[in-house]
Amino acid sequence: MTAPQPVPQPMEPGCASCTVRHGAGHGTAPRGLFRLGALGGGHHAVVALAGNPNTGKSTLFNTLTGLRQHVGNWAGKTVSRSEGSFRFNGRKYKVVDLPGTYSLLSSSTDEEIARDALVFGRPDVTIVVVDATRLERNLNLTLQVLEITDRVVVALNLIDEARRHGIAVDDRHLARELGVPVVATAAQRGEGITELLDAVERVATGEPATRARRLTYPDPEVDRAVRRLEAQLGRLLPHLPARRWVALRLLEGDPGVERALRDGTLARLATRATSEGSGVVGATGSEVVA
Amino acid sequence: MTLDQLVEHQSAVVVGLDCRGPVRHRLMDLGLLPGTQVEVRMASPLGDPVAYVVRGSTIALRREQASTVRIETVGNGTAGMEPR
Repeated sequence: MTAPQPVPQPMEPGCASCTVRHGAGHGTAPRGLFRLGALGGGHHAVVALAGNPNTGKSTLFNTLTGLRQHVGNWAGKTVSRSEGSFRFNGRKYKVVDLPGTYSLLSSSTDEEIARDALVFGRPDVTIVVVDATRLERNLNLTLQVLEITDRVVVALNLIDEARRHGIAVDDRHLARELGVPVVATAAQRGEGITELLDAVERVATGEPATRARRLTYPDPEVDRAVRRLEAQLGRLLPHLPARRWVALRLLEGDPGVERALRDGTLARLATRATSEGSGVVGATGSEVVA
Repeated sequence: MTLDQLVEHQSAVVVGLDCRGPVRHRLMDLGLLPGTQVEVRMASPLGDPVAYVVRGSTIALRREQASTVRIETVGNGTAGMEPR
């Protein structure tokens, strides 16, 4: 099966001659995948790509959409989110590539963009792209994403590199521990993409429902406080998504979230998240929570 | 002892962080939690910042940040995983 021609994208002058852009898997599309480039229009589900910097998010984005977003190894490369689409098993998906971050706890603009997209954009599925060779370090962000949403698939990416280093990852055990599907991938070579999309499809259609691992706090007092705050937030902002996550940030004294609650940004974003429903990644760069 | 006092190729275990707010978060996000092994990979020509190996990744910290990380030395070794 051959892929339809990717839609040509305007490219910066230097890009055409740059070697890194040829790195992404633009060969034959994996089975069942039709890349739709930047084509807009209706879609069945929105998929967000989250992950630490340098885990191959943009490469996966390119593999899925056929676009040629710049792939490279430097901080802040994906300055904001970029969007594309693909079709898989007859369903059309919009993909949103988020900036690479180590965390979602608002210490930089990148983190704010990624965080607001996950909390208020409410993607149907979030693929957390992790580096199989540095798994331990990547699980921090994974757990933070799982605090926001259950609808997650973990792409255990760079699995070819891990193999070369003699690292074997027990993906089934990891899936059990995290409560969400884990699929080994090598995005650059197209390895595991069909399996990844199968998992995305299952999560998008909600079958079976994923039950993400939630961190619990040893002190029962913390849990009680979280529940109390959650209930108050529910009364104040009935449409606020990821209430538990917001409650935890408030308890922590996150200045950005506190300010957003006080000045009404949170209320505005909460309403927008519902009125636009799924399919729109909420906040833009100009209106971020922190 | 604090992390900024560690010399090249020496490794240590983090015992605590003496900072608060965003700096603390950042260090924790980079994997510096109590029990984590850290090794000095190299220092920049002027000695600041210094590159450390933490959980298989190399990270650079300014002296000021490193001085907030309390450590215990464990002699020479390869940093990476937490002790089992």
